[in-house]
Amino acid sequence: MNPFRRSPFVIAATILVYFFLYAPIVGLVLYSFNASRTNVKFEGIIPAFSERVVMDGSLVKSSPCGPFHWYCDLAKNDDVLEAAGNTLKIAITATILSTIIGTMAALALQRYDFKLKLFSQVSLYIPIVIPEIVMGIGALTLFSQLFQFLNSTLNLSGDARLSLGIVTVTVSHIAFMIPFVTLVVQARLQGFDKSFEEAAMDLGADEWTTFRRVTFPMILPGVLSGALLAFTLSLDDFVITFFTNGPGSTTLPIYVYGLLRRIITPQVNALSTIWILVVFIAVLSLQLIQNRTEKA
Amino acid sequence: MAGEFAVELRDVVKNFITPEGSELAAVDHVTMQIRNGEFFSMLGSSGCGKTTSLRMIAGFEWPTEGEIYIEGKAVGHTPPFQRKVNTVFQNYALFQHMTVFENVAFGLEMEGAAKEEIKKRVAKALEMVQLTGMERRRPRQLSGGQQQRVAVARALVKIPDVLLLDEPLGALDLKLRKEMQLELKALQQQLGITFVYVTHDQEEALTMSDRIAVMSKGAVRQIGTPVEIYERPSNRFVADFIGEANFFDGRIKSLAKDEALVYVPALNADLTGLPVSDGLVNGEEVVVSIRPEKVRITAEETMNTNLFRGKVTNTVYIGTDTHVYLDVCNAKLKVYEQNRISRLDPGSFYTVGQEVLLILPPENTLFLKKD
Ligand SMILES: Nc1ncnc2c1ncn2[C@@H]1O[C@H](COP(=O)(O)OP(=O)(O)OP(=O)(O)O)[C@@H](O)[C@H]1O
Ligand SMILES: [Mg+2]
Repeated sequence: MNPFRRSPFVIAATILVYFFLYAPIVGLVLYSFNASRTNVKFEGIIPAFSERVVMDGSLVKSSPCGPFHWYCDLAKNDDVLEAAGNTLKIAITATILSTIIGTMAALALQRYDFKLKLFSQVSLYIPIVIPEIVMGIGALTLFSQLFQFLNSTLNLSGDARLSLGIVTVTVSHIAFMIPFVTLVVQARLQGFDKSFEEAAMDLGADEWTTFRRVTFPMILPGVLSGALLAFTLSLDDFVITFFTNGPGSTTLPIYVYGLLRRIITPQVNALSTIWILVVFIAVLSLQLIQNRTEKA
Repeated sequence: MAGEFAVELRDVVKNFITPEGSELAAVDHVTMQIRNGEFFSMLGSSGCGKTTSLRMIAGFEWPTEGEIYIEGKAVGHTPPFQRKVNTVFQNYALFQHMTVFENVAFGLEMEGAAKEEIKKRVAKALEMVQLTGMERRRPRQLSGGQQQRVAVARALVKIPDVLLLDEPLGALDLKLRKEMQLELKALQQQLGITFVYVTHDQEEALTMSDRIAVMSKGAVRQIGTPVEIYERPSNRFVADFIGEANFFDGRIKSLAKDEALVYVPALNADLTGLPVSDGLVNGEEVVVSIRPEKVRITAEETMNTNLFRGKVTNTVYIGTDTHVYLDVCNAKLKVYEQNRISRLDPGSFYTVGQEVLLILPPENTLFLKKD
């Protein structure tokens, strides 16, 4: 038996880690059922169902949704729904594109020697190591200068004028997610032997068939991990989105930030709870898929 | 089948740029002709260019110079998937994400064969390598020997003109290796497909091959049947690489049509009646080579030519043979004598310091070009 298993230190460390990691989350979820609309103190879970919302000062006594009062409130909030829609649209588009580009970059870096290889490899790390706020300001400067130039030279006016919006957010997300995807896929390619591809070609598969039937299925777990990482990065991103969004392209993090500046209602907690749940399910299902393919 | 040769390499050179920036001739002006239906081996130590040669035939590398012909046609830059050759890879390169069946079926699918036909041919191929019943397993659920068989079945199911095998048995233990050697050989004879087999194991090459190309440093040193290679090596490298040999420096003193006289300073004697090999001239400095088991130790003085007196310096008993090490004049000689009689009786064994008579039979004493 492992002698460390029962050591008090290990037990204490475990408890501390779990506490600091998950206590805030548990608290956050709990407060999404809070009866107090100011959400400063926990006043207990909203106790009862009723036809209409019954308030007592700042306390919710009962609601048509019962304890899920704030979730129903959220569902009626068009701003939230729009922000959620934007977030998903951006995350899905950016994930797909950055995964494709990032995977291609990883494959190219792994198998070809070219003049600027070292430069390309190092430049991959730059977006990861430089502060996000610098990236955000950089993107903002780029877009505003570019749009100004295009708008004036092409004489665009009114609705045709280029401006910050969902497209600029998506493009910026793709740009900063590519390096992450590439690094994750590269790690997977480390042990990839080109003899598998040679075997496929030897058996009569052309380059494209070889990629489709052999290379891609073999690196798929890495590509999926990369895509998942990219997806969560995009869902979470605040800083870059903050600088590149415009009217009508508010994402959830930006929206929550806006709420917080006014008043923290349990709506924010309800929103966060759903958010955590979505990410959790995504990660879990990916893990399950990977386990299944690895065992089979 | 077109032509006599399944594969032909004509003056093929392959240069690589090493990471250090210099140029390296991995294959250096190699010419070989591999006949239809033959079991042809490339034998040589590590790094001599065997794999590179095989990869050029398969189409994974292109020659820097020279030309490769498959079934009489120059292949040029034809991609691998358009060549009627298939490869059994050294590490097998089985597709891990496919079952045994899918692995073997892959090549047929690429040909666009019908489902029913694929089923039938895969079943037959798996039967051939005795893997019936394993169709649904994944490669990692198989032993090394079974994986090896899948690799063979996967390549053979396409009925190629030529099967290329790169040290296919390298990863197996000795016993399994021997079994698989026999099986592969039997398979080759039964199918009549040309096998080009790469190995660095001389015993393997000798047992399996119809002909062997002995390679070193990117060049072919000799091509011949196992018997030719062993009994009539055409240079010192081959004589040394295959089996064992005693070497002495010598000089040709006279060269008749089918007999030569060579003076060996270390023995302080002329060796007479040696078989003549091509390309050597009178007076040339040569290397005399004789295999340890060809030397005869005799009890009594005979009228034999090439008779020498030697002194035993050491003996080693190894079961089938006794190795006797001798000083002969200024030369050292090793002699392998088969233990036809039991050596239990001390009198039957050589003792250190004992004087014996030796015959170097002229028909098995060769003189070779110095290299
Ligand atoms: N892609 C390459 N780039 C540079 N040098 C190479 C390359 N492939 C092979 N070489 C060199 O060419 C030489 C011959 O290699 P090759 O793989 O053909 O040897 P081999 O006879 O198969 O050896 P082994 O028995 O170890 O497999 C070696 O010196 C090797 O380092
Ligand atoms: Mg090799």
